[in-house]
Amino acid sequence: MKCAVVQFPGSNCDMDAVKAIKLAVGESADIVWHTAASLEAYDLIVLPGGFSYGDYLRAGAIARFSAVMEAVAREAERGKWVLGICNGFQVLTEGGLLPGALRRNESLQFRSEIAALEVVNTDSAFTRHYRTGETVRIPIAHGEGNYYADERTLSRMRERGQIIFRYAGEHNPNGSVDDIAGVINERGNVLGMMPHPERAVHERLGSADGSRLFTSILASWREAHAAR
Amino acid sequence: MRRGEAKDRKSGKNGAVELEASSGDRRPLRHDEARAGNGAPSVRETDPTETIETTETAMGEPSAAQVKERGVYRSFGLTDDEYERIVSLLGRQPGYVETGIFSVMWSEHCSYKSSRKVLRRFPTAGPQVLQGPGENAGVVDIGDGQAVAFKIESHNHPTAIEPYQGAATGVGGIIRDVFTMGARPVALLNSLRFGTLDQARNRYLFAQSVAGIGGYGNCIGIPTVGGEVVFDGRYDHNPLVNAMCVGLMEHGQIATGTASGVGNPVLVVGARTGRDGIHGATFASAEDPHAKERSAVQVGDPFMEKLLLEACLELIATGKVVGIQDMGAAGLTSSSAEMASRAGSGLTLDVSRVPCREEGMTPYEIMLSESQERMLVVMAKGEEHVAQEVFQKWGLEASVIGTVTDDGLLRIREGDRVAAEIPVTALVDEAPVLDRPAMRPRYLDELLAEPELAEPEDYGRDLLRLLARPTIASKEWVYRQYDSMVRTETFVRPGSDAAVIGVPETGKALALTTDGNGRHVYLDPYAGGARAVAEAARNLVCSGARPLAVTDCLNYGNPEKPEVFYQLEQSAAGMSAACETLRTPVISGNVSLYNESHGVDIYPTPVVGMVGLIEDLALITTSEWKGVGHDVYVLGAFSDARGSRCGLGGSEYLALRDPANALRYAPPRFDLDAEAALQSLCMEAIRQRLILSAHDVSDGGLLTAFAECAVTGDMGADLHLAGGGALMELCFGEGASQIVVEVEPSFAPALESLAAKRNVPATRCGVTTGDGALRVSVAGRELVDVGVAELRESWRGAIASWMQ
Repeated sequence: MKCAVVQFPGSNCDMDAVKAIKLAVGESADIVWHTAASLEAYDLIVLPGGFSYGDYLRAGAIARFSAVMEAVAREAERGKWVLGICNGFQVLTEGGLLPGALRRNESLQFRSEIAALEVVNTDSAFTRHYRTGETVRIPIAHGEGNYYADERTLSRMRERGQIIFRYAGEHNPNGSVDDIAGVINERGNVLGMMPHPERAVHERLGSADGSRLFTSILASWREAHAAR
Repeated sequence: MRRGEAKDRKSGKNGAVELEASSGDRRPLRHDEARAGNGAPSVRETDPTETIETTETAMGEPSAAQVKERGVYRSFGLTDDEYERIVSLLGRQPGYVETGIFSVMWSEHCSYKSSRKVLRRFPTAGPQVLQGPGENAGVVDIGDGQAVAFKIESHNHPTAIEPYQGAATGVGGIIRDVFTMGARPVALLNSLRFGTLDQARNRYLFAQSVAGIGGYGNCIGIPTVGGEVVFDGRYDHNPLVNAMCVGLMEHGQIATGTASGVGNPVLVVGARTGRDGIHGATFASAEDPHAKERSAVQVGDPFMEKLLLEACLELIATGKVVGIQDMGAAGLTSSSAEMASRAGSGLTLDVSRVPCREEGMTPYEIMLSESQERMLVVMAKGEEHVAQEVFQKWGLEASVIGTVTDDGLLRIREGDRVAAEIPVTALVDEAPVLDRPAMRPRYLDELLAEPELAEPEDYGRDLLRLLARPTIASKEWVYRQYDSMVRTETFVRPGSDAAVIGVPETGKALALTTDGNGRHVYLDPYAGGARAVAEAARNLVCSGARPLAVTDCLNYGNPEKPEVFYQLEQSAAGMSAACETLRTPVISGNVSLYNESHGVDIYPTPVVGMVGLIEDLALITTSEWKGVGHDVYVLGAFSDARGSRCGLGGSEYLALRDPANALRYAPPRFDLDAEAALQSLCMEAIRQRLILSAHDVSDGGLLTAFAECAVTGDMGADLHLAGGGALMELCFGEGASQIVVEVEPSFAPALESLAAKRNVPATRCGVTTGDGALRVSVAGRELVDVGVAELRESWRGAIASWMQ
């Protein structure tokens, strides 16, 4: 499985994603600069966390116009897996690859903690190694993670199983509608999530629950690869 | 700003520059000594009547004669004596730009004129030290060819005026100091002081400072892993924001701030220069924050700094960089003068080539601007294109603005016009060094032995009240606003005794902490200084580390008051003694004076930042209780059993019970040798894997420490103390030199015999329990029986409830 981690000016979880992919599934991911015109060579494209373009204007609002995002959209169209983490999620909603928007946290403060998440849908390529309804612990660290979509969009997403992660234990850290922490596109190959699975890949970091997200993707890739 | 270099430069045979004391605090300053050893000329031989501008300049700036006649130099903070000294150093009257340059270089902030002599006494050597004071940050060896660079710096004065930007740019500045050394910044810490939270202004300063620290560190992607916050009325109007940055590097990567090599190009890189922060360094040296101007506070851009960081590290890795220096306080002026001074060279700079944010900026404004996120770089001749290529990739500018010379002059041109021409030695080496008079404050001789407090009706209730004191309570409200996990090497997050971060691919880790207790220093400056160092080291030891070295931030009031200067001298002496005993040399630091408001000085508040090495990840130890049925031991003597060392003086409990008299009683004596023995025992016990958890006893005393272990571990305990002395002292005294440890019963004999061998008391107090209650009895009398949930509620929600 060939993995790319996109680097925007201001990305700061890029190396963490590379490290986590190595640790969880043993693959060496390439760092790809935001000017890249093609991502054709890759099976998994990660848009990492950070503050692309300083989060100026709105988180993700400038990065969505970078050259590499055209390539991301193209590969998503082809069915490649795209994972947007934190700022990467914001870039995906800004770019229209995922429904909804991310507003400032209700508290108007940055929130950094290890959050409890409910894995809502384990049929996705990204979550097959989790159990449905399972509670996992994955760090969050964001100021603009307050997910919003209108009721019509939400009910459509619920019907199609597009809500993948919810904040659990009656602790919603940012005010997200329906406690949403992560969503997937209709086709099921683009996942965006505010929590950082790449920060939960070893017990020493407080949790290893994020590893299974990466092993899920590898298993999905292997399956697709074997079928070809 | 860079007080360390003053310390270095003035040591040894350069002591000739030292001047004999005379009457008053302003000594006549001799200016005729050249800096020994480097051959740089000290003074130009010129006609004393020559001036650089004889008439008003095109920009409407005053001429040299007008600077004198109108006393312009006074508005820049220079005294008449200092002005005269400049005239005799130059052999003529300084022009307007020159006066501005001297005023910032000779400000307290840049010259350390009040503190230099005190700082020189810190021990700075050790086999682990790769770079001591004198550079942008100190560097210590951690084996495997790797090294750690770190430094702490204050941003108190800007924070008092504009807390968000003041705190944010404090973080930005200290990060630049670390990556300037060629190290990749891997962790941030801070040490904060605010007035009490019942005042709206203090809540505003606190909330905005925390937001500013988070705003900068979170964006740039360096985890904020630890720190401390203390609330006390003595910091009303005068908050302290000290920021520390830690970076990792390989030995061969160390870069320095040296402008050497005649003909080498000098570049300004990063952000453009604007009109912000002009004279910030001067204002930081003035007393009343309310008289300070908001326009002197800089505005930070962490996104720009992230790009600058990546570009600088990439550039340093090319090996084509001769020297690199952060433009911090006093901007282009101090960075150029310091780089030339270190090399014994000169620099010619053309300010018309500095990229500016706005048109029409004068040489004066360009030289004194404190616009953030800029660096001064000297490249090897012919390699300027390397810098330009790297910076272009990151969307940044790198502009050649001048060259290195051998004439020892800082020459500032604006196109063809010479705006300033000053011997570098005059700016740096000849800066005034003051012998401030010190006088023992009278209050120290009036301290009483021991408060007579009525015994509490209910120790449990007092414990709950103590846990809800914002100084003791959980700082979760603060650290949940900091990204502490980015870089995925944070093994112990905020909330334990020290933060622990991994050193990638070595199986080692670093323990990091900041510590200080202004009240104790106020009540006993010498012992308080020693305690600050000891507490920091104890925190590291409790986390499984061997302490390596110290960076210090010395926050004091007005040094022109002899009592304040006494506090500075004595506490620095105490710190030195502790650094010697614990073998933790001072490798970097910063001084912040004039922290006073409405005539009231802050507590003398030296803050110690310390880094320790954990040789094996398996040795990482945290403070929370780990399991049921384990023995709880206290290492070190009890507060009530120390003879003259007992007492509630200086304690948070006394401040709770009798706030009006909290400063009237002497604190417990501090025994440095006992402390060293205790730390050595704890280190060895952890190395032998005898200990499951370790927690330092500090603010709030022994019961508070027990409660913290219980709450964070969600574990009860049944504890029985023998007692025999005064009960309140035993429970709440802050005698230092105690550690609470948790031991599996089968290892208890080994711990006891190790302690006996080292002659450190190790007292078994009881066992951890699973019934959710903390019970403490003394001499058979039950004092505390409180649910852990209740303890947690008091401790955890206290600050949030003030801030709602």
